[in-house]
Amino acid sequence: MRRRAGTPQRPPWAGPLGLYHPGRSWLHRTGPGPKALGLAVLGVGVLVVTGAWASVGLLATTALLATSARLPLRSTARSLGPVLVTALLVGAYQWWARGPATAVEVAADLVTLVVAATLVTATTPADRLLDAIGRAARPARHLGLRPELVALAVGLMLRTVPELVRTSTEVRDAARARGLEREPRAVLVPAAVRAVGRARATGEALAARGLAE
Amino acid sequence: MAELDRTAPLPVARASVATDVALVATFAAFIAVCAVLPAIPVPGMAVPITLQTFGVMLAGLVLGPVRGALAVLLYLAVGLAGLPVFAQGTGGLAVLGKPSLGYLLAFPLAAALAGWLAGRALRARRLVLLAVFGSAMAASLTFIHPIGITVMGARLGMSAGEAIAAGAVFLPGDVVKNLLAAVVTIAVVRAFPDLRRR
Repeated sequence: MRRRAGTPQRPPWAGPLGLYHPGRSWLHRTGPGPKALGLAVLGVGVLVVTGAWASVGLLATTALLATSARLPLRSTARSLGPVLVTALLVGAYQWWARGPATAVEVAADLVTLVVAATLVTATTPADRLLDAIGRAARPARHLGLRPELVALAVGLMLRTVPELVRTSTEVRDAARARGLEREPRAVLVPAAVRAVGRARATGEALAARGLAE
Repeated sequence: MAELDRTAPLPVARASVATDVALVATFAAFIAVCAVLPAIPVPGMAVPITLQTFGVMLAGLVLGPVRGALAVLLYLAVGLAGLPVFAQGTGGLAVLGKPSLGYLLAFPLAAALAGWLAGRALRARRLVLLAVFGSAMAASLTFIHPIGITVMGARLGMSAGEAIAAGAVFLPGDVVKNLLAAVVTIAVVRAFPDLRRR
């Protein structure tokens, strides 16, 4: 996959670079395979290790790892915000329902896994992770799923997202002009029909260029 | 002219693989846009309500079981790789640790079942809308809710009753989204009648 660094694209879609933060820490230099393996081991560890203190210990270790990656504090905190709120709410509920030990364990386990996984995502460029997923999916070629078609589909999808965002605003404007902004059908039907029409035009263009034969 | 027609290449047949790849990629993008654009957070809930399941069902209903499930798998792979295509603009492996993981895992299965059932439903003579809506509801109730609720309950240390009560919040929204998906599917299949001919 081609990396398109430096294309400034703002929300509603943050752009193809995703949630990766460039850096030079040891976590950045480690390949996606070992990091995914570490994440899997941690996931099993969280399930196997029980008890509030052990969970807090795992969380502290993960937090220590996170500081060693030297990620920008602000955006990392923002991406962890929702799960911290969830952990607080669930912790409060479990404290009330089952007592403090369960509350601490459930909340700490939740935050541990999400922090660790965010760490892998933030220190690995999305295209390298996609390559790793592509390698993992290689056995699927025996089912007729050719790797180069998968790569083509990924590229096409990334190209299509901003396009569909633009279409959706156009369709919404058109519905508003007809006084139908509260009618979901008036937005979703043209959006879907235009998406399918676009896909078929793309398919014909690909075939005309001899791609995906 | 008849002679010429017989020797000329058939563009439709030749374009089919490329068109399938484009359709799968487009619907994966469509699910991403549905998940990212409008989010309706439910106060105190672990999983926000988005049009994400609408996109998943639409992919299955419009593309059929194989291409529909592939579109959902592509969407999940791109999201797991770290692109912010999941609900609320999140992405990355972090979803593997979240309580909502079960819903994501159920999506490809649900799209496949909805697409398989809709293949028959769309050929019905009468009550097509009801049949297509029923296909989507069957997929929701067979895969999305049971798997989603089981994983959420396990991750948050809830009992079966608590988890079902927490997960049932999404059921009314799902009925509305599945009805919308059925309406849109019928409109799309009417606009492109050869879409499901495979």
